[in-house]
Amino acid sequence: MVSYFKEILVGFASLLGGMAVTIRYFFKPIVTVQYPREKIEMTPRYRGYPQLGIDPETKTHRCIACEMCSRICPSQLIEVAGTKFPGEKQKRATQYIHEHQYCSLCGLCVEVCPTTALEFSQVYSLAGYSREDFVIDHLILLQKRQQAAGLSATPVPTAADIEAAQAAEAAAKAAKEKEAKAKAKAKAEPEGEVKA
Amino acid sequence: MESMTHPAGVSILGMLAGLIGVITLVAVNALFLIWMERKVSAHMQLRPGPMEVGWHGAIQTVADAVKLMGKELITPKDVDRWVYLAAPIVVFLPVLLTFLVIPFSQTLIIRDMNVGILLVLAFAALTVLAILMAGWASNNKYAVLGAIRSVAQNIAYEIPLLITLMSIILMVGSFSLVDIVAAQSRVWFVLIQPVAFILYITCATAETNRAPFDLPEAESELVAGFHTEYTGMRFALFFLAEYTNMFIVAAIATVFFLGGWHGPFLPGIIWFFLKVYFVIFVLMWFRWTFPRVRFDQLITFAWKILIPLAFANLIITAFIMKLR
Repeated sequence: MVSYFKEILVGFASLLGGMAVTIRYFFKPIVTVQYPREKIEMTPRYRGYPQLGIDPETKTHRCIACEMCSRICPSQLIEVAGTKFPGEKQKRATQYIHEHQYCSLCGLCVEVCPTTALEFSQVYSLAGYSREDFVIDHLILLQKRQQAAGLSATPVPTAADIEAAQAAEAAAKAAKEKEAKAKAKAKAEPEGEVKA
Repeated sequence: MESMTHPAGVSILGMLAGLIGVITLVAVNALFLIWMERKVSAHMQLRPGPMEVGWHGAIQTVADAVKLMGKELITPKDVDRWVYLAAPIVVFLPVLLTFLVIPFSQTLIIRDMNVGILLVLAFAALTVLAILMAGWASNNKYAVLGAIRSVAQNIAYEIPLLITLMSIILMVGSFSLVDIVAAQSRVWFVLIQPVAFILYITCATAETNRAPFDLPEAESELVAGFHTEYTGMRFALFFLAEYTNMFIVAAIATVFFLGGWHGPFLPGIIWFFLKVYFVIFVLMWFRWTFPRVRFDQLITFAWKILIPLAFANLIITAFIMKLR
């Protein structure tokens, strides 16, 4: 008889305890981040899509179009093209396109880049209406990021610029070869003259 | 008092006004309650709930209602046709009728009957019939199981409900809801009979088939219980009936235990609605705190614990009333 009433009282007390927990949670702030409207701060090592990093000194990208990333990508998603512009020591990328819709974020391209031109971005809200929305032209993206950071945008070389640069390089190369040939000839001739 | 505009001593205009008022109240109440349920359940789980449609999802229910109305009304092949079609109507009408006798404020009552509470309880019992109709006519094993469980549950929990209310009626000496509210002008009955209040809330939760007593519509166990085979507007009627039923049991709790429309400063009707929605909040609080009760535990709880306690409460009340 006593145990009957004790059971009721103990049970009732436990019910009240449970309700206390729930009402405490009712007044706590929500933990949901309402995705499109609220921004989340990502951690520095968050792995978003690979992008061309902005060098703090030259304020532009460091890509020399060596095509290492293009060769190592397991899904062959990167397309790089570049030429040497007159007056510069190394090649410069004139086109950098990567198809992010198939990217597995393996990070091999970032790891293998000799100039550490590639880095992971912090963009997490990727949403588009078609596959083609995710083909990223990185030189254009770089311009957008430079403008957002208040820097001057690096101009994307046009086809005419590239042709002119290639022609200039070809001419410079031809001139160099001619000079080398003339030098070699000049070196050979004085000896011949002495002999004769 | 009998005349053309007052057949049987009742004003036709008053009745019409009451009818329109009740239908509006039922619709707005369901709209509000569904939103409140989703918000309360969300915040108890540390999430925001509906936020898209309207300010903090306030019009979400309207969007859901429009969606439900646009759904195809599927009638399975071998259903018991007329019973199947009648069930949603039978579940909804009695609940509407109970609005006749509830005193919303000093003057706002459609019909002050001297058997008020008897009317409410009688009509509440009709919903059990509707559930049985729905379950049986659906020609579906799970629906029948849900219906059978629901009938057993409702019948079992109606007994302590009636006995608990009888303790209060003994004290007041009248079945009329207006008299019961008037008797609480100095002190609310929840303070005089707290055990009765707790018993009543428990039975009310079981009567409206809400968690933790929602085995008949247990989503994880019986698909959707007795309303498995109902789609679109018919399902909406069951849903509407459930939320209106919640309002009714909360209104009865307010009238019997929480002093009806009594309260300082604010007009009576505002106090009434505040109390009703507080009781409904407690019902929702129960839903998101307690796990579902197993069927045999449910029946044991009703017959072996609630009924003896309700009887004990009644006997003690009668004793004390006699001694006065």
